[in-house]
Amino acid sequence: MPHDHARRGFLRQSIAIVPAAALTGAARPQETPAAAPTGTAAAASPYQPVFFNAVEWAFIQAATARLIPADDTGPGALEAGVPEFIDRQMEAAFGHAALWYMQGPFVESPPEFGYQGKLPPRDVYRAGIAATDAHCRAAFSGKTFPQLDAARQDEVLKGLESGAVQLDAVPAKTFFGFLLQNTKEGYLSDPIHGGNKNAAAWKMIGFPGARADFADWVGRPGVAYPLPPVSINGPQG
Amino acid sequence: MATQKKPSVDAVLVGFGWTGAIMGMELTAAGLKVLALERGEMRDTNPDFAYPRITDELSYGIRGKLFQNLAKETVTVRHTPGEVAVPYRQLGSFLPGDGVGGAGVHWNGHHWRPLPDDLRIRSRYEERYGRKFIPADMHLQDWGVSYEEMEPFFDQFEKICGISGKAGNLRGQIQPGGNPFEGARSSEFPLPPLASINSALLFEKATRELGYHPFPQAAANASRAYTNPHGAQLGPCNFCGFCERYGCYMYAKASPQTTLLPTLLHRPNFELRTRSHVIRVNMAPDGKRATGVTYIDAQGNEVEQPADLVILCAYQFHNVRLLLLSNIGEKYDPATGRGVVGRNYAYQLNGGATLFFDKNQPMNPFVGAGASGTVIDDFDGDNFDHGPLGFVGGATINCINTGGRPIQQMSVPAGAPAWGAGWKRAIKDNYLYTTSVGSQGSVMSYRDNYLDLDPTYKDVYGQPLLRMTFDWKANDIAMTQFIGSKIEGIAKAMGPRQMQLAFRKPGDHYDLRVYQSTHNTGGAPMGTDRSTSAVNRYLQTWDVPNVFVMGASAFPQNFGYNPTGMVGALAYWAAKAIREQYLKNPGALA
Repeated sequence: MPHDHARRGFLRQSIAIVPAAALTGAARPQETPAAAPTGTAAAASPYQPVFFNAVEWAFIQAATARLIPADDTGPGALEAGVPEFIDRQMEAAFGHAALWYMQGPFVESPPEFGYQGKLPPRDVYRAGIAATDAHCRAAFSGKTFPQLDAARQDEVLKGLESGAVQLDAVPAKTFFGFLLQNTKEGYLSDPIHGGNKNAAAWKMIGFPGARADFADWVGRPGVAYPLPPVSINGPQG
Repeated sequence: MATQKKPSVDAVLVGFGWTGAIMGMELTAAGLKVLALERGEMRDTNPDFAYPRITDELSYGIRGKLFQNLAKETVTVRHTPGEVAVPYRQLGSFLPGDGVGGAGVHWNGHHWRPLPDDLRIRSRYEERYGRKFIPADMHLQDWGVSYEEMEPFFDQFEKICGISGKAGNLRGQIQPGGNPFEGARSSEFPLPPLASINSALLFEKATRELGYHPFPQAAANASRAYTNPHGAQLGPCNFCGFCERYGCYMYAKASPQTTLLPTLLHRPNFELRTRSHVIRVNMAPDGKRATGVTYIDAQGNEVEQPADLVILCAYQFHNVRLLLLSNIGEKYDPATGRGVVGRNYAYQLNGGATLFFDKNQPMNPFVGAGASGTVIDDFDGDNFDHGPLGFVGGATINCINTGGRPIQQMSVPAGAPAWGAGWKRAIKDNYLYTTSVGSQGSVMSYRDNYLDLDPTYKDVYGQPLLRMTFDWKANDIAMTQFIGSKIEGIAKAMGPRQMQLAFRKPGDHYDLRVYQSTHNTGGAPMGTDRSTSAVNRYLQTWDVPNVFVMGASAFPQNFGYNPTGMVGALAYWAAKAIREQYLKNPGALA
C-alpha cells in the first residue's frame, strides 16, 4: 500500500510548516465570541457526555470550536457533533488504548518511535484538560480556557501545538496531537460514530460517503459526480 | 498450565493467510492430513466484509479492525545495534494482518513478478558494474531460484487470483501496452486491465511523451467476472474506494477467501483451528527433526500438536520469531556476520508527489480500486544504467488511486494551516482536485539491519518480542532521491496548478509513525549457501528438513515491487518440491 503514503507525508509536512502568522486572530474572516459551556453545541446536540465531566465537556466544546470554527465555508466542529464523537471514542477501544502495546518499561524516545507514554488517550485528555485550564487560570486572571475569547483560545492552542505551553501532567504536544487528530476524525468519519452530523462535512468537500459503487464513473475526466453522500445508516439530511 | 496433546497430523500449517491456504490446497491434494492453526478469528466475505459496514474509514482504515492486535504481540524497534529498542506500540509504518486470510484480506492487490535479474541481483551487478560497485556492508544475494524456474508458478498464481493486466512480454515477444521490461510470460493475464481512472490518464500521457513505457498496473482486482481453476467465482471490481485496509465486499479482490477457501474448507483431510496461537516448534531431543508445534487455544490452554511436517506460513515477523524461539538455525550476529536466522531484514523506500489541479479538472478521488492505475518500470531493477549513479536498486513509479477516504487520504497544499478556518477552506478547495504520483523503491540488506529477540519486552504469553534493528542507508536514500527527480518531471508534465514532493533525504531516520509499507522482508533468507541463508531454494530449513518457511521472510533483499506475486509463486514452487521430492524421500532437498 504505498499510495496514500505520499499524501499523508505531505499532510504531516504541512502541519510542521504552518506559519504562525497564518493563525493570528486578525487574519481570520470571522471571530465568534467564546462559546459558553452550553452554547451552540447544546442547541445542535442534546448529547450528554459519558466520559467527560461538565468542566471537561466545556473545554472540549470550546477547543474543537476553534480547531474547526463555524463559518460560511461549512459546518464547524460543534454543529458536526465532534464533541460527541470524542466522548464516545474515550469509551471505545481507542480511549483505553485497548489495541496498543501498553506493557512497560516506558522509555522516552525520539518522536519517530511513536507515542511511548504510559497513559491511554482518555487519561491524556483528562490530565491535559485540567493542566490547560490551570495554565489559563494562571496566565489569564483566573479564567479557564472556555472563558477566554477566541483569539486567546487560539493562542493557547498554538502554544500546546508547538510545546511553548508546558504542562506538567502530560506533554502538551501529545495532548494537542490527540485532540486535533480526534477532532478531524469526528468531522470526517461516518455519522454512525457521532460526528459529521447530516454528513455535512462530506457535502462540503464532495465525498459521497458509503456509496462505494463507481463502476460507471471510472475514466470520466472533467465530469463532476452528481449524487449527495450517504452514511452507513442511509441518506443524511 | 496443563498441556493437552492432540492426535498427530501429516502436516501442520502455522498461520492461515495466502501461503497457508496455498499449502493447504496443495498438500491435501497430495492426500496428506493437513491442519492449519490460525491465531486470529474466522473471517469471510459475508458477514465480515459485507456492505455497508465495511465502508467505515474510522473502524477499518484508522482503528485497524482487521490488523494485528498489538496489545497481544508486537515488535520492538531501534535504528542501530547500540540503541535500546522500544515497542511498536501503535500501528503506523506497517500493518500485519490477523485472522483467516491474514494480510491477504486487506492488501491492495498489486500483482508483480520480479524481473529475471532481480532474482540474480548480485551476479548481475558484478557482471555489469564489477564487484567493487557493491558496498561492503551490503548483503546483496542471489535468490537461488531463476525466473525461468519460477515462471510456471507465477502463471499458476495469476490464474488462481484472476489477475487483470496486459502482458508486455509474451514468450519473448514484446507486446504493445504492457511492461516491456518484464520477463517472458507463458500466457496473457487471465483478465484485461481495469479501466483507467482520471489521474492515470494524465500520467499515461505524460510518461509516454517523456519517452517512458507506461502500462496498466496488474491487479488482483477482477476487471470482469471470473471463475478460477478451482471453480471459485470473483468479480467484477466496482471501484468502491475501500480496498487496502478493508476486506472486499464485491468478491473482486483476490484473497484466500475468494480463491481457495471455498474448495479447501470442504476437503475431508483438511482442518482449520482458529484462535490457536503457536508459541514454538517442538524438536526431537537430537535437534534434527521437528515433532510438531505447541499452541495456546482460545481458552488459554497449552496444546501440543504432533506433526510429521511443520510449515511456517505466518507473517514474515512471526516466522522469524518462531525460528528464534525454537532454536532452529544459527542466530545471526551482526558483530561477526555469522549466523542466518534474523539476517537480511529489509523493507521498501517510497516517496511521492502530490498534485493539486484546478476546479475544471475534478479527479474524483473516491473512484478507486486497490490496484487501479498506471505504472512505469523504466527506473526499477537494473532497467537503467546504474554506473554513473552509483547506487544499487530502483523503484516503480505509479499513478494509482486506491480511494479518496477523507481522513487518511486528504491532502492540502504546503502552507495551508493544520487547523482552523484556513484548514477547512483548504480541504474544501482541494479534496476533489488532488492526486498523487508515487514510487515503490527497493531496500537492500545490510550487515546491521537485522532481527533478533528483544531482551526486555514480552508478549501476552510471556515470550520475548522480536526486535528489529533498522534504519535507512545511503545507497537507498540515493535511489529515492534519483527517483524523486524523475517523479518531479512527470508530475510537472501532468499540468497541476500546484505540486509538492516528499522523498527521504540523507540524515532522515526510519519513522514508525507514518504508514510506509507492509512489505517487510527477510530474516529467514533463501539461497544456495547455508552460511548466508536460513532456508534452501525450496524454503526448507537447512538444519531441520521437516520444517519449511513460506513467505517474504525468504527474500534475501527487497525489490521495487509488491511481494505477493513472488510469495504466492514461491509457495507453489515449494509445494511441488514437497509433493514430488520430499514426500518420497523425507530429508534435505538438493
